[in-house]
Amino acid sequence: MEQERHWLTRLAILAPYAWLVAFFLAPFLIVAKISLSQTAIAQPPYLPVFDPAAGWEGLKEFLAAFSLDSYAAVFGDSLYLWSYLKSLAVATLSTLILLVLGYPVAYALARAPRRLQGALVLLVVLPFWTSFLIRVYAWINILQHDGLLNQALLALRILDAPVSWLATDSAVYIGIVYSYFPFMVLPLYAALEKMDEALLEAASDLGCPPWRAFLSVTVPLSLPGILAGSLLCFIPIMGEFVIPDLLGSSSTAMIGQTLWLEFFGNRDWPVASALAIVLLVLLLTPLLIYRQREASVLEGRG
Amino acid sequence: MAALVTFEQITKRFGAFTAVDALTLEIREREFFALLGPSGCGKTTLLRLLAGFEKPDGGRVLLAGQDLAGVPPYRRPVNMMFQSYALFPHLTVAGNVAFGLRQDGLPKDEIAARVDEMLALVQLSGFGARKVDQLSGGQRQRVALARSLAKRPKVLLLDEPLAALDRKLREETRFELKALQTRLHTTFVIVTHDQDEAMTVADRIALMHQGRLAQVGTPVEVYERPNSRWVAGFVGDVNLIEARVTAVYPSFVTLERGTMRLRAAGTAVAPGPAALALRPEKIRIGHAVPEREPENGAAGSVTDIGYFGTLSIYKVRIDDGLVLKAAVMNEQRDAARAIHVNDRVWLSWAPEAGVVLAD
Repeated sequence: MEQERHWLTRLAILAPYAWLVAFFLAPFLIVAKISLSQTAIAQPPYLPVFDPAAGWEGLKEFLAAFSLDSYAAVFGDSLYLWSYLKSLAVATLSTLILLVLGYPVAYALARAPRRLQGALVLLVVLPFWTSFLIRVYAWINILQHDGLLNQALLALRILDAPVSWLATDSAVYIGIVYSYFPFMVLPLYAALEKMDEALLEAASDLGCPPWRAFLSVTVPLSLPGILAGSLLCFIPIMGEFVIPDLLGSSSTAMIGQTLWLEFFGNRDWPVASALAIVLLVLLLTPLLIYRQREASVLEGRG
Repeated sequence: MAALVTFEQITKRFGAFTAVDALTLEIREREFFALLGPSGCGKTTLLRLLAGFEKPDGGRVLLAGQDLAGVPPYRRPVNMMFQSYALFPHLTVAGNVAFGLRQDGLPKDEIAARVDEMLALVQLSGFGARKVDQLSGGQRQRVALARSLAKRPKVLLLDEPLAALDRKLREETRFELKALQTRLHTTFVIVTHDQDEAMTVADRIALMHQGRLAQVGTPVEVYERPNSRWVAGFVGDVNLIEARVTAVYPSFVTLERGTMRLRAAGTAVAPGPAALALRPEKIRIGHAVPEREPENGAAGSVTDIGYFGTLSIYKVRIDDGLVLKAAVMNEQRDAARAIHVNDRVWLSWAPEAGVVLAD
């Protein structure tokens, strides 16, 4: 009995690691390997291909054929650099807009009567019930020349003539902010909802007007939510492909689009893989900073 | 002493519930004032009306003669120690104590000096750099106290300040609180449901019941001269002997309950139904039948004995069926405690021992 439980416990601990190895580490290694290969007109479209039948010599040959040419291409061509910068700019600005729009919503949710909170949170996640792709297509409809947005703005006399929204950066920002809104609101809500309202009374009691109490109590206490929400938005927006592809113009290629083009358009798998690896490294940096911060906060508590 | 805080006909409703009902009360300068009552009696609401967290539906709150209507909490020269302490978890102990001082824009060195002074006051010198969640419950309580005193408020409001402490610490802290108030010459207003706490710390106590004042007085007054059955029952332990006032003389009244004839000293009541409120420690208990029938007394049998160390409580069913409690100090060690369950005993008390209550 004791032995059996021991065995089961080990298996339970192993399961998540097995999952990570199979679905994260292995694909990552494959991509890393492809990024070190050369393009070829072949199936698969790169060289070398590892042939287990060739034995030890085959493996040596295989390793010797690795090259950093793809990385040289990635760093050598300003097109890729601009794509990265474009993604960085879009992700940063979108995350800021999301924070500015999401914070008041999360705050209102957290301060709403308890019995309503469940229903209101449900409303925030309700868009997930419809396919993401369909929702982005719906935005094409709204943003097109005779779409709802132009009609509304004309009817309200804010505009005299219709404006072209589609295939602009504005459309990309609108689409991204719309799509990622719940990912920003939910972590903020979770952080704000935990906050003891007596703390705000205490701040007020000690001479703090409401706006200063917000800055010196509410904001610092919701910092974990701000960080979590920003990361949950920033990282996927960096690699976003669908929204800029459907709503943006071809001149504003984000790294996701460039990657897609290399992979499917040019069939240059090694360069596409190198782009993906560089993106991963770029994204790991803020995540590591976040982890570092978390650890220091936990240490402070211990 | 002048009134520092005045509640004038103050009313506060929450929906259909009236928490404070046209209440008028004065709190004097430099006194330690307790608002005592069961939960839901409106005592915390009254405190929050003074702090400014609630707006009255009627009446006024005055501080040193100034009407506080429209003055937000952050501009009132009063500070509150919260029941939950409400310490800022993202700040250190010193950061918490300095919080209010920073709002006033005091110079840095002055803030640091005041923080040190406050921490010394609550015996937490050297704890300034700690995080709040590294402290014990008793230490947090003292940080909360230091924080609320740091701005030298005109009135310190304490909302159940000791409720979260364990019994021993709570009893010690009561005396510390009282000593602190004496030393600082600040007006303290404490809200508590614990009558022992109110009696120990307060100069005066306001007993609240259903949003109204039941009685205001010193601890001795509310204990020894309660003005109603409710007050007598809420503050301390009491025997209520329901009877009829038969005659009122200049210095005493006579009462009748069945065949029992009672005499009580110096109470102004009219003839009619009334209760004689009698504290258990004022009843004598003994085996011996008094030589002559005592004026205030009854025979009965012991049904239960509660031993509390310092004293024992004897429950005695007197012959008309009423159960009275008599408390006796255990001055002797156990050999001398000769009264047992089912013993036939005599209870007696002096005419001055009880209070006649019409309400």
